[in-house]
Amino acid sequence: MSIPMDASIDSVAQQLLVPGGLDMNNLEQVLASIMTHDVDYADLYFQASRFESWTLEDGIVTDGVHSVEQGVGARAVSGEKSGFAYSDEIALSPLQEAATAARAIARQGQDKSVKAWTRSVGHNLYLPTDPLGCLGDKAKIELLEMLDREARKLDPRVKEVIASLAGGYDSILLAATDGTHAADVRPLVRLNVSVIVEQDGRREQGSAGGGCRRDYQYFIDEDRGIDYAREAVRQALVNLEAKPAPAGTMQVVLGSGWPGILLHEAIGHGLEGDFNRKGTSAFSGRVGESVASDLCTVVDDGTLAHRRGSLNVDDEGVPSENTVLIEKGVLKGYMQDKLNARLMGVASTGNGRRESYAHLPMPRMTNTYMLPGQHAAEEIIASVKNGLYAVNFGGGQVDITSGKFVFSASEAYMIEDGKITYPVKGATLIGNGPDVLQRVTMVGNDLALDPGVGTCGKEGQSVPVGVGQPTLLVDGLTVGGTDV
Amino acid sequence: MSRDIVKARDIIKAQSSLESVAAQVLELAKAQGATAAEAALSEESGLSVNVRLGDVETIEFNKDKGLGITVYFGQRKGTASTADFSSGALEDAVRAACSIATFTAEDPYAGLADAARMATEIPDLDLYYPWDVSPETAIELSTECEDAARGYDERISNSEGASLSSHEGTRVYANSHGFMGGYSTSRHSMSCSVIVEDDNGMQRDYWYSVARDRHDLEAAVAIGEKTAARTLQRLGGRRIDTCKVPVLFSADVAGSLVSHLISGIRGGSLYRKSSFLLDKLDEQIFPEFVHIHERPHMKKVLGSAPYDSEGVATSARDLVRDGVLQGYVLDSYSARKLKMESTGNSGGVHNVLIEPGELDQAALLREMGTGLLVTELLGMGVNIVTGDYSRGAAGFWVENGVIAYPVDEITIASNLGEMFMQLQAIGSDIDHRGNIKCGSLLIDAMTIAGS
Repeated sequence: MSIPMDASIDSVAQQLLVPGGLDMNNLEQVLASIMTHDVDYADLYFQASRFESWTLEDGIVTDGVHSVEQGVGARAVSGEKSGFAYSDEIALSPLQEAATAARAIARQGQDKSVKAWTRSVGHNLYLPTDPLGCLGDKAKIELLEMLDREARKLDPRVKEVIASLAGGYDSILLAATDGTHAADVRPLVRLNVSVIVEQDGRREQGSAGGGCRRDYQYFIDEDRGIDYAREAVRQALVNLEAKPAPAGTMQVVLGSGWPGILLHEAIGHGLEGDFNRKGTSAFSGRVGESVASDLCTVVDDGTLAHRRGSLNVDDEGVPSENTVLIEKGVLKGYMQDKLNARLMGVASTGNGRRESYAHLPMPRMTNTYMLPGQHAAEEIIASVKNGLYAVNFGGGQVDITSGKFVFSASEAYMIEDGKITYPVKGATLIGNGPDVLQRVTMVGNDLALDPGVGTCGKEGQSVPVGVGQPTLLVDGLTVGGTDV
Repeated sequence: MSRDIVKARDIIKAQSSLESVAAQVLELAKAQGATAAEAALSEESGLSVNVRLGDVETIEFNKDKGLGITVYFGQRKGTASTADFSSGALEDAVRAACSIATFTAEDPYAGLADAARMATEIPDLDLYYPWDVSPETAIELSTECEDAARGYDERISNSEGASLSSHEGTRVYANSHGFMGGYSTSRHSMSCSVIVEDDNGMQRDYWYSVARDRHDLEAAVAIGEKTAARTLQRLGGRRIDTCKVPVLFSADVAGSLVSHLISGIRGGSLYRKSSFLLDKLDEQIFPEFVHIHERPHMKKVLGSAPYDSEGVATSARDLVRDGVLQGYVLDSYSARKLKMESTGNSGGVHNVLIEPGELDQAALLREMGTGLLVTELLGMGVNIVTGDYSRGAAGFWVENGVIAYPVDEITIASNLGEMFMQLQAIGSDIDHRGNIKCGSLLIDAMTIAGS
């Protein structure tokens, strides 16, 4: 596969359409054939992807995987209904077949026209590079071997190191009956280091990593890769000293950066347009109401340069936006894709995303974070008499209907009389989405975004996302330790 | 022509075309100088329909295929995958895998599974019951299911809909030992999810049925009614005070505890010494009344497989007998690292059965007396390295053996090693839907964090 040199529509069309003998006239004809049924909107989504990963364990890189994928999805929307079919072959006849299957969602009706193409002008947040080619395969392996040596050198208690490097790109092209004609080339790289340490028969793990929409050089610059190795070892060693975590409701200080997974789970999913259109979210019908303390302003921002969750255009060809979700505690609006925006009488916010050509788009987050406040982190910790300071997390989950959400701390400390005293074992934190941000009583001035490790799952589809926040004090969150 | 003959013909056609692609890529690998190679191919098609509030929401047609090729140059390994079966794309994939193998390190443990372990006979496990269901029929059944749920009680205020999905596929595995195997499978499922509301807010729950043969699915109406009943039970959920009490995991969530056992005895966790069950072979990890089996050849069952993803023959065995761990879950790579033999578990376990006890859930509640019945688990707070367990939960508070009221927004915590040894009873109420078939599990005591 050729390396695309630019993300312009012509260049991506050259890559995706030309090998299968397709041109824009074919796409227009196929869309017009869908519009012979009673359909409000239809789109064709072409994608070609190339990904690789390299894994080191026991000091050697034992496996590498290279994969390519391509295909086209055809969608027809009629009212609240969607018909969808796809093909892993990009050529006229399978495309026509997919279109015929998709339009079956609606009866044959009046012919509607396909609007003249309007080329979407997206952002320029990342370069249309192929990260695989920027570094030789030998150099990729040497990078992983170096991280293994660094991690082991840091402490003799390090017994196992697993390091992985992954990268690739998606080229996408979209043509829709509303005239949208858009393309994007999205690079994505990821590096992860995890370690096992042992002391007196006790074993603990630590893990750190990062990623972004750049190429592998990012991990070499500023010794970022080495920092991940150091961070993984540091976390594992802290866990060796950890005592049982407390159980019960208490004050919780959440660190800056990745703990922003709180926002993703507690309010983010509940503010996605589909759940709110259907009235199934705990936040349904609450725009204009106070849903957080007035210290809280939360945005979903797909326009940050090089960020893992950022998009020049979303998967419906709409440029991503910086959408204010909550402003000084008041709910301002939801995240929308085209279908839900149309049904709710608002505009798409550029949050229409899909895992691939083989999946239907839906409203999804990009980079979700809280804006900074006034307090220094030290000040926030010092204000707590007896509570938990949670600085690192694993995954989370939410039931958007009841609003109950969890996220699991992997590194946490007790705070006693305003001082951090000792580390505690990992524990799950549980709360109620519409309630938890009302209890935010202090917001730090140290906004940080996560290092680029987030993947969000919804209805079986995974997409890369970002989160972030300043240090926060939540006055009352349930901590699921064992120590009563 | 009988349905069986049509069925047999479909299988042969799909399988033979995948087999010819497999043979082609193994040949290409050999031509590139690979000393060994293996290929896994699959082809799948299906239909999913979702109906919400009595109207169609989505109709999706699925059609996927894929190829994974792994090549070995001595002890060096490389892997590539593609969904394009044109000869140019196959050549590219093999070339990419071979190129990777020139950079990866010599790994003394790398390689195909031993030739002597390849399945020589491939039993017909009766896994293929295609259902040529039209979108119209799928919509009709889903509507029937959702209507049954919505009509069940007026407190049901909203719905996420009812879905029907039907998929069938064929997979082939081949390697340079000369192994070439393939078989077709089908999978049909129906699910429903509705919402109830009162002054305290909304609650949602769901139910589903899944089977190889559509005739084994629960009736659409039964799924809808069960969904409604489960959701209504959650109304009025409240928190409880932090405490330490016995916990009964209902059968539909109890299997997750057994899946943590499997994670802890997987080869990868063991050779990395990152398991709370390290070096526990032949040791007591459960009370004596616990027996756990693996039964890969159960006819018509979802978890069944005649051979694993390396072609190694699968066979019935005991994982736990009288509470003592009898074996690990190994593929050939982890087995070599541990100086053991593959257990035919490349790709995972196949039908894990926990021998049921004699009490049903109601009797188990009486046995528990006062404690928590858990019916939902949230989040991923399980650490396989240490066994530390802390998850969000919802369920019911039980007093004197009787359900008192629904509970939510709590966590349950302990350590898996302790929880296994503190197992008090296994229910007779096995949930047969998953790959792990388990009844309700009663654990002596866990910490509940609440208000």
